[in-house]
Amino acid sequence: MELVFALVIGALTASGVYLILRARTFPVVVGLTLLSYGVNLFLFASGRLATGQQPIIGTAGSYSDPLPQALVLTAIVIGFAMTAFVVVLSLRNLADNEDDHVDGKQPYKTPAPEEESEVNGK
Amino acid sequence: MNHWLTAPILIPLLGGILQIFMGYAPISLRRTLALGTTVLMLVSAIVLLIMANDGSYRIYAFGNWQPPFGIVLVLDRLAALMLIMTAILAFLCHLFSIGGADEGNRQFHGLFLFQLMGLNIAFLTGDLFNLFVAFEVLLIASYGLLMHGGGTVRTVPGLHYVVLNLIGSAVFLISVGMIYSVTGTLNMADLAVKVPQVSGEGLNIVKAGGMMLLVVFGLKAAILPLCFWLPRAYSKATAPVAALFAVMTKVGIYAILRVYLLIFGDDAGKLANLGMDWLFPIALATLAMGVIGALGSGTLKTLVAWQVIISVGTLLAPIALGSEAGLSAALFYLLSTTWTVGGLFLVSQLVANQRGSVKDRIVTAPKMHSRTFLSVLFLVGAVAAAGLPPLSGFFGKVLILKSVESGAEMAWLWSILLLGSFLTLIAYSRAGSIVFWRTVDGHLEKKDPLNGRVSVAAGALTALAIVMVVLAGPIMNYTDATAAQLHNSDAYIEILQTPMVGEDS
Repeated sequence: MELVFALVIGALTASGVYLILRARTFPVVVGLTLLSYGVNLFLFASGRLATGQQPIIGTAGSYSDPLPQALVLTAIVIGFAMTAFVVVLSLRNLADNEDDHVDGKQPYKTPAPEEESEVNGK
Repeated sequence: MNHWLTAPILIPLLGGILQIFMGYAPISLRRTLALGTTVLMLVSAIVLLIMANDGSYRIYAFGNWQPPFGIVLVLDRLAALMLIMTAILAFLCHLFSIGGADEGNRQFHGLFLFQLMGLNIAFLTGDLFNLFVAFEVLLIASYGLLMHGGGTVRTVPGLHYVVLNLIGSAVFLISVGMIYSVTGTLNMADLAVKVPQVSGEGLNIVKAGGMMLLVVFGLKAAILPLCFWLPRAYSKATAPVAALFAVMTKVGIYAILRVYLLIFGDDAGKLANLGMDWLFPIALATLAMGVIGALGSGTLKTLVAWQVIISVGTLLAPIALGSEAGLSAALFYLLSTTWTVGGLFLVSQLVANQRGSVKDRIVTAPKMHSRTFLSVLFLVGAVAAAGLPPLSGFFGKVLILKSVESGAEMAWLWSILLLGSFLTLIAYSRAGSIVFWRTVDGHLEKKDPLNGRVSVAAGALTALAIVMVVLAGPIMNYTDATAAQLHNSDAYIEILQTPMVGEDS
């Protein structure tokens, strides 16, 4: 279970970091979301992984730590609000600059792909 | 248990909630109530300062839960110092904002008060996760404030600021999780007990968590590799907001002071003074970067924004060395630089208002209105910021220079700080002489005359540099005592033994 859990966190974080490094706001927002998923799972795992245990010390040999769950709950709520805000801000960026580049505009114009005329049938 | 500790949090919270519900009330009523809230907060900060001045620790345990099981607020000299610094700055910024900058957004005052609440929680909390929550509260309010005001110039810097801080929050959570997984606690006093006992595999995890925390606090404080978001964001923000944000970088410095002196301090065994050998060269590099930026800035506000980075470097260098004299000097400089930078932001805005379409760009323009008053304010602010006698910045820098023991560190700090101050002085004199003296013929439309509120706010904030010199004796006694208290982490740990209400002790 630990290995699968660790791999999932790793995959989420790696994809999140990759997407955050993109130049468009939409991938950045998705990347932030993935990163916060990875972080939430990581926080959850910091109380050790156990199934079917009681959350009270002393009643059984091993127990399930309730505190990380409280931390994750807080982190989820905050992360959700922040994601909503960054989505609105990205839309405002798109509206203000008519471009969804993270710097407002592209540093240089990419040449238009040649096959575009064929696709459009002109 | 001391219920006064909740006052600096509850006052802006209740005031902010009130503002939310009266967005359509007459603006004069909203302004009066908002300013009243800030004044009450200032009063509560003064009360807490007087209480903290006896050198003992006071705690407030939420729900009467014994620490380390519940969240606690802890008041000590450092927390009280940060509270009073913020409250004075906030009051003057608020006074400035009701001079006209709060128009155009019905929720400005609510956001402003929530920002203050977040700052006050951060200064008072004794729990690492609660510190994260406080950061988020002050950040989400700051996102709103940063975007306040018309125009599209703020969108891109705002987006960068938000995305960077979201990544910072993620890193904060990872490091909190790492520390919790080994120590099983997030209460700062309890961490100070548990961290020295960590051994074996757990040591590296706590070490990695501690270093990642330094990265997060470094992002808030804007140290070198993480500082390039700051000048664009601050120089584009509305003046009272930018002036209030002068305290935001200091939150990062406060967190470094609190966490690294208490949890990873001298008594932390194998983890003693974690990260401090990294922090010293980074601080000096930040200082150098700030000076380069200041020399190259094209507007007054950008110049002041780079001054924020210069002061962060200047502050962190003695903190990284960690001597008691150095800490005391850093705290003195902290007060001085926060108020001075805030004052300079306000003055830059007033200058921009008087220069028509030229705004605050450092170019020649027709002679501005109210030139004498504004140039005097700019002179006082620039002298205090560059660290020339006789104003408070000079004393702060001299104390920092004196606190370093001779050796390689002294050579580095003295040369970079002195050279940096000299070049900062050149940047200010260049900007000041072009903006105020080198005028061309022409006439400016008098669109936005100075009013009493903005003049008083900008003047008072700048004049604090003079007040600090007059009161240098008492302030230094206080910072000396604060530094001594910070170095005595055993006393902080004793808050774990505080009896709760209704408990026989």
